[in-house]
Amino acid sequence: MADTQLLTAPVSELRQLLSDRAISSVELTRAFLRQIELCNPLLNAVVTICEDHALEQAALADKQLATGEIAPLTGVPLLHKDIFCTHGIRTTCGSRMLAEFTPAYDATVVSKLQSAGAVTLGKCNMDEFAMGSSNETSFFGTVKNPWDLDCVPGGSSGGSAAAVAAGMAPLATGTDTGGSIRQPASLCGITGLKPTYGRVSRLGIIAFASSLDQAGPMARTAEDCALALTAMAGVDGGDSTSADKPVPNFHGALNTDIQGLRIGLPKQFFNDDLDDQVRARVLEALAELEKAGATLVEIDLPHSHYAIATYYVIAPAEASANLARYDGVRFGYRCDDPQNLEDLYLRSRSEGFGEEVQRRILVGTYALSAGFYDAYFNKAQQVRRVITEDFHRAFEQVDVIAGPSAPGVAFPFGAKQQDPIAMYMEDIYTLAVNLAGLPGLSTPAGFINGMPVGLQLIGRPFDEQTILNAAHRLQTDTDWHQSHPSLGDLAS
Amino acid sequence: MSVTPQDVEKVALLARLTISESELPEVTERFSRVLNLVDELNTIDTADIVPMSNPHDMEQRLRPDQVTRGNNREALMASAPSQEQGYFLVPKVID
Repeated sequence: MADTQLLTAPVSELRQLLSDRAISSVELTRAFLRQIELCNPLLNAVVTICEDHALEQAALADKQLATGEIAPLTGVPLLHKDIFCTHGIRTTCGSRMLAEFTPAYDATVVSKLQSAGAVTLGKCNMDEFAMGSSNETSFFGTVKNPWDLDCVPGGSSGGSAAAVAAGMAPLATGTDTGGSIRQPASLCGITGLKPTYGRVSRLGIIAFASSLDQAGPMARTAEDCALALTAMAGVDGGDSTSADKPVPNFHGALNTDIQGLRIGLPKQFFNDDLDDQVRARVLEALAELEKAGATLVEIDLPHSHYAIATYYVIAPAEASANLARYDGVRFGYRCDDPQNLEDLYLRSRSEGFGEEVQRRILVGTYALSAGFYDAYFNKAQQVRRVITEDFHRAFEQVDVIAGPSAPGVAFPFGAKQQDPIAMYMEDIYTLAVNLAGLPGLSTPAGFINGMPVGLQLIGRPFDEQTILNAAHRLQTDTDWHQSHPSLGDLAS
Repeated sequence: MSVTPQDVEKVALLARLTISESELPEVTERFSRVLNLVDELNTIDTADIVPMSNPHDMEQRLRPDQVTRGNNREALMASAPSQEQGYFLVPKVID
């Protein structure tokens, strides 16, 4: 198999090659490590490469493959977003605050994927503390979009998305608080799934907004996302918000029969604000699903335009509380030569956190402060319920809700950085899904001037299966997901 | 709603962040823009709506108060910027 074919093969094919012993995990791991070495100087998608660790895990996987002890991902290399704690491997969260932090334990997602046999190649760059939609807020520098090096990869899981798109790994983990898996998946032309809130344990994921954060897979296909989600999901005694629900074998249950599937198109997503070319691509993809037997229905999510305002109170408020732990005392960055304890707190935090993180902490602190709590935080939590109830009503009528994953394609560096509101609008179609705790995925839906567009599919709580099935059907009937940037141009 | 530079300084102190004099006007302006955005919430009547803190209205699950993970003190202390004999070191607090 030619290099490019191997580097752009889905996990489902790599598993087959491994179990047929057509390739060893060590060979596969070396191929992806080599691709990281070649492309990372240009893309900056990976902040830590764990070559020795990966090759050890791969050698162990090869022993298991030889004896036939095969787990669902045995020998498959992957990258983790640098928000997942990895035992003994530096975990930075894209921040100066944690630039030298080495966790003493693994996140549940990390240990579950390891138990499923996956090989960890390294850790992916990301917006600082997952706060951003362009990967421009990372302390470790911007990540470039492999489809156009002058453009952002999206964020906050931009390193993960760029790495998968560039053949640096067949699979990566991401987290999504307001769109951070779906928007970069859309901008980089890959498939990304944000599971239902509670489906995947948050233990060991560095917290941003605890009532919104969810981890999920980013890969080339819906089938690969189904494989990875099955390995990642499940209740965890270490996360009291993880859901005590049985985890289906999402991969085993994949079904391309979508005859009679009712897909709702919220009129608020397809209004005049939607870019004409994005509308055209999304409607073309939906027409494919209609051809396959689905019915398209217009639906109403009357309060969806409140999602941005609601999110930009709740997420910063929760972040302000979560990020209070970074005090320069117990772990993380400490300023030089503190004059007293107060000076230590103030300077460690102001020097350790970047601008966007500080801006959100300020807004969140304000929303939680005496005199403003009711007007902002409490009010936003009330509107959150109104938004969620809109979705529940819509799901009485339809099985899936569809729309764009992002308002446009990848944009040039700096284009939205000066205006926080313009950047926040990047997540206009994804935020409400986090507020309502629903599963959502982005699947490739064609191109505008050579840049990928994503279709978002939203499901009922804990019904990831239906949106995976619909995406899998779309990927069976179309080949947008098989396009990839020219890997030769990415090698430095 | 817009905020004054004094409001921003007060919130910054609550959040234990410092904002330099030179940055204060810009931070205040950006802060006001975000608040203007979220002020839209005031246009919706939520009189009888129960605030939602968990999207599934899940109740807190408790477990028996037992040690489930071993003592990991040394490994956890290793992340401290400054420590001695099992204590976190900070500048002198009491004279």
